[in-house]
Amino acid sequence: MYDTAKIMAGIIIFLSLITFPVWYNVVGGKAAYIPDLKIVTQEKQCVESTGYMRTNHMQLLNEWRNTVVREGNRVYVASNGKKYDMNLSRTCLKCHLNKADFCDKCHNYVEVTPTCFNCHVVPEERNS
Amino acid sequence: MLEKALIGSKKYYGLVILLLIIIGGGFYFYLRQLTYGLGITGMSRDVSWGLYIAQFTFLVGVAASAVMVVLPYYLHNYKAFGRITILGEFLAVACVAMCLTFIIVDLGQPARAFNVLLYPSPSSILFWDMVVLNGYLLLNIVIGWTVLASERKSVPPPTWVKPLIYISIPLAVSIHTVTAFIYAGLPGRGFWLTAIMAPRFLASAFASGPALLILMCFIIRRFTRFDPGKEAMQNLARIVTYAMAVSVFFVLLEIFTVFYSQIPEHMHPFEYLFAGLEGHEKLVPWMWTSAILAIASLILLINPVTRRKEGILAVACVAVFASLWIEKGLGLVITGFIPSSLGRVFEYSPTGPEVIITLGVWAMGFLILTVLYKIAVTVKEEIAA
Amino acid sequence: MKTDRRGFLKIGGIGILGFAARPLMDVLLKGDLVEASPEADALTGKRWAMAVNVNKCKEGCRDCIAACHSVHNVPDLGNPKDEVKWIWTEPYKKVFPEQEQEFSTRGNKPVVVLCNHCDNPPCVRVCPTKATFKRRDGIVMMDYHRCIGCRFCMAACPYGSRSLNWRDPRPFIKKINPDFPTRMRGVVEKCDFCGERIAKGLIPACVEACKEKALVFGNLKDSGAEVREVLRASHTIRRRPELGTGPQIYYLV
Repeated sequence: MYDTAKIMAGIIIFLSLITFPVWYNVVGGKAAYIPDLKIVTQEKQCVESTGYMRTNHMQLLNEWRNTVVREGNRVYVASNGKKYDMNLSRTCLKCHLNKADFCDKCHNYVEVTPTCFNCHVVPEERNS
Repeated sequence: MLEKALIGSKKYYGLVILLLIIIGGGFYFYLRQLTYGLGITGMSRDVSWGLYIAQFTFLVGVAASAVMVVLPYYLHNYKAFGRITILGEFLAVACVAMCLTFIIVDLGQPARAFNVLLYPSPSSILFWDMVVLNGYLLLNIVIGWTVLASERKSVPPPTWVKPLIYISIPLAVSIHTVTAFIYAGLPGRGFWLTAIMAPRFLASAFASGPALLILMCFIIRRFTRFDPGKEAMQNLARIVTYAMAVSVFFVLLEIFTVFYSQIPEHMHPFEYLFAGLEGHEKLVPWMWTSAILAIASLILLINPVTRRKEGILAVACVAVFASLWIEKGLGLVITGFIPSSLGRVFEYSPTGPEVIITLGVWAMGFLILTVLYKIAVTVKEEIAA
Repeated sequence: MKTDRRGFLKIGGIGILGFAARPLMDVLLKGDLVEASPEADALTGKRWAMAVNVNKCKEGCRDCIAACHSVHNVPDLGNPKDEVKWIWTEPYKKVFPEQEQEFSTRGNKPVVVLCNHCDNPPCVRVCPTKATFKRRDGIVMMDYHRCIGCRFCMAACPYGSRSLNWRDPRPFIKKINPDFPTRMRGVVEKCDFCGERIAKGLIPACVEACKEKALVFGNLKDSGAEVREVLRASHTIRRRPELGTGPQIYYLV
């Protein structure tokens, strides 16, 4: 074996760098918390089941977006047969009144920044 | 072979570092553009394409010119170009890389650039431009690299390269034709709406590209032990002469058609370019410089006595390159929007950040060119030694 | 037959290419026109068009412009370089340069201009992502989610109907209408013939706002429509019809 010390040192530096985000959070005490979402619902159920919405809301929103913009069709027929207006501001945010306590909390937790609200108006702004 | 780019003289490192500094400056301002928006440039609602797209258009031409060394060597077995085909191919690689970067830099939403692939639209010329540009880039990287690698081992290049080389020839013509179609296919833009646009592009391409190649040969001969060969350079000079003459001829054809027919929509942009319109004349001094450089270069190039003198040839090549850069890289794109579709003359001039970003992309291209040429020249030096 | 590793890889590679070709062809050959399927209470129409009576248009009045721009959150950037506009006025001689003559008194009369919702729109043809597309009811629509901001459409439109958001438009909107999205920087926008209002059975905001009834909107496929009556009864002209774009804004001059 040549340069064992150098190679080992290199491996250790590499591993510590690549695992940086993990132990940074451990040290900072931010590891493994569960985001606490608040839902101020008026309805009992979302347009689809909670489990489905949790995993697929982004695909559903994409589908709504394409159907409304590109096909001019604004009515969503849910799997239980109920009809909804495909509208982020009016339908979704009617129940999920507080974007900061619902959307943002989870999105911040998983570090995603959806661009929806760059254009679509959120309820706070609607009230003002 | 890549390792050859890492070992070089102080001058080589100096050049690389200088280019990296310019790229850094361009990148800094590009980040500013990303947060502020394209409003950081001088482009406007009326003149909605500017320096970026103009550079792209000009550089597509320089890239296409590789075919001017590849075609005589591979199709006509013209041996003198054998020494410099690699230089032409690597020049094409650097130029197409700049072209693609300029398009990305010009996008309002660069993060969505992949939408062009996700929703392919064959009716859009931009879609086809993306296809041929990427194809041409890939082919030139593969061909250049493979042929150089075989040369280094003193073996003939593998047989599968031959068909790729043959494909690259029409593709070189197509990248410039398709780029011309971006402009020539638009209704209501009188300045661009001309069937001669693609031939004009090709003529100026086959002048500006080989002119740059000659200048590169001079630089390589001066600073390295590799000699591209006097015969090759003189023949390139002949190509530049013919192409430049045809290019000027084509522009004169446009001017005749436009001014003899007296159709206002077609006349106004030319008036804006060479005389100014409604008191707006920012481009006039540029265009006359371009015209004078074109004529001066033709005088020097057509006369065999001056063409054969290398110092004068270098001057003529600089004149050709500068003249065509002004014509394509400034005049052609901007003037398509002046006057606007509603008859308004709204002038364009690039802003500081826009110029620095543009220089950054050019520096990136020259860095790619420097590294590729360093590799190619080192290999050639080794073979000669 | 002897199959060595080389041969196997070759055949495998060609096979994979073959599989890739099929979906590519599917995408390339797929039609891109979408059928608008409005709700039950929506106006049923197949070819929307507008007639503009320039003579009824009152000088200095900006009602249609104000209505459109506030409904659609069109920002007011306050300078001609960055400006965004969906509907605005231009002098007659600039709108119809081919009709100009020196003795006319109407050369400087303001004429309302907007997207022409062409039958054969060049902007749709050139768009590399199908972000601009033509609906079956004739509306040339924009998908702001898909636009990459290449501005090919701005070069292609012979009417100057399109604007790019050169910067973030939000700070420049005086009062945001919560029922219509704003745009983000770097996307192109233009008049959408109030597709969102038509879906609810309403007429376009500019038409509704015009007190002089200078704007008439309707379905050309309906022989009883008011717009058809206007086009039948009077001589109308269109902007640059010689370009073959088939503009659908008709002007009574």
